[in-house]
Amino acid sequence: MAAQSEPETGNEDTVTAISNTVRSALLAAALGAATATILAAVVIPTSAQNAAPASAVSIDNFTFTPASLTVKAGTTVTWTNRDDIPHGIGSADNSFKRSNALDTDDAFSFTFTTPGTYKYFCYIHPHMVGTVVVEAASGSNTQ
Amino acid sequence: MGSDRDDGVSRRKVLECMTWAGTGVLWTISGGVPHSLGIMGEAQAQAQTVKSLTFLQLSDSHVGFDKPANPNALGTLEEAIVKVNAMPIKPAFAIHTGDISHLSTAQQFDDADRIISQSRLDVHYVPGEHDFLDPDQKFYKDRYGRGTKGAGWYSFDASGVHFIGLVNVVNLKAGGLGDLGADQLEWLEDDVKHLSASTPIVLFAHIPLWSIYPDWGWGTDDAAQALSYLKRFGSVTVLNGHIHQVMQKVEGNVTFHTARSTAFPQPAPGQGPSPGPMKVPEEQLRTMLGIANVTFKQNEQRLAIIDSPLKT
Repeated sequence: MAAQSEPETGNEDTVTAISNTVRSALLAAALGAATATILAAVVIPTSAQNAAPASAVSIDNFTFTPASLTVKAGTTVTWTNRDDIPHGIGSADNSFKRSNALDTDDAFSFTFTTPGTYKYFCYIHPHMVGTVVVEAASGSNTQ
Repeated sequence: MGSDRDDGVSRRKVLECMTWAGTGVLWTISGGVPHSLGIMGEAQAQAQTVKSLTFLQLSDSHVGFDKPANPNALGTLEEAIVKVNAMPIKPAFAIHTGDISHLSTAQQFDDADRIISQSRLDVHYVPGEHDFLDPDQKFYKDRYGRGTKGAGWYSFDASGVHFIGLVNVVNLKAGGLGDLGADQLEWLEDDVKHLSASTPIVLFAHIPLWSIYPDWGWGTDDAAQALSYLKRFGSVTVLNGHIHQVMQKVEGNVTFHTARSTAFPQPAPGQGPSPGPMKVPEEQLRTMLGIANVTFKQNEQRLAIIDSPLKT
């Protein structure tokens, strides 16, 4: 905690000085710690500006609604079971981890980070199928 | 409508099938031809005159189910077992065609065992899709899988009848129906290879092994392959559950039959928005589950063994 030795040089600018010193010290510590920490420190405030995108799929009468959902990469998709019978979300090609069995009103969420087409089904009632299409999060305006 | 499929069947004398109280179907096999018996008095009459094997089919207990279609599925299972215990003739054993539990919790399996064991019958289980819902998919195998192959398939012999319990509820494919899989099919082909063609075969599994309504998943993708191994046998009976209602079809030497649930009814194929639990008026529920009182018909014993209608 090198920053704590600095406040002894007191004047009216002390608070600012402390603040700047602490910030510098923290940044230095972060730089010294790990690249991941730096990325987190830099990225989190930026993405906090745009709340993490979310999207929902409802399960009613043994049907996924919408049956096909298109989202940007990074979107968290949440399935909610509205039936009186359990359902389960499974990837058709094991590209994401399957949910536990969802009883009535239970939900399962998964964040899709990689663009692509994700076919899924109810692993309890496999005739129930749906698709999540994940598009690139940025750069779409360049196309 | 199921009756469209059943019209040609109900008039056959080869095998007449009756659900007994939906608690289960009571089956009697004599002379290689299975008959199901709806009325205990008739079963008793046959037992006295013909050397036979009688067993019970339970299905779709869904222990733990508590939704509006039946807030107490454990209670109706218990009612079913009480009726089994009141039967004038004791079945040799029972088969259970799956969905013992609703959500595969230890508690639900424990409760099911506590009630079903009150029948004091040896019960041969096959799993339904609701019996593999614990995260590690191990409770069913731990409890019922002793001596079985793969996900829980096996065969056994009783009174000259060869019984085969199959599993068609695991490793299901997106967009598909019930599935037996290559390993189980290979085992089945080998299992029946040594049997004489006159051996009566009883094949049981949870999801119907015949295509009843694929839009609702009521069928098994590779059932035809399984049945091809049984073509040479003179008597094949296929017993399933899953659809919570009675359906029957005879195709050559093969009789297909589905049993009622003890938990809740489901709509006739296509006759509802989904195959989910069907809420019926309270006073109708037990008629849909079939756990009505058993009726003795002493005066019609002989003929009624074969020809009695489903309802009297």
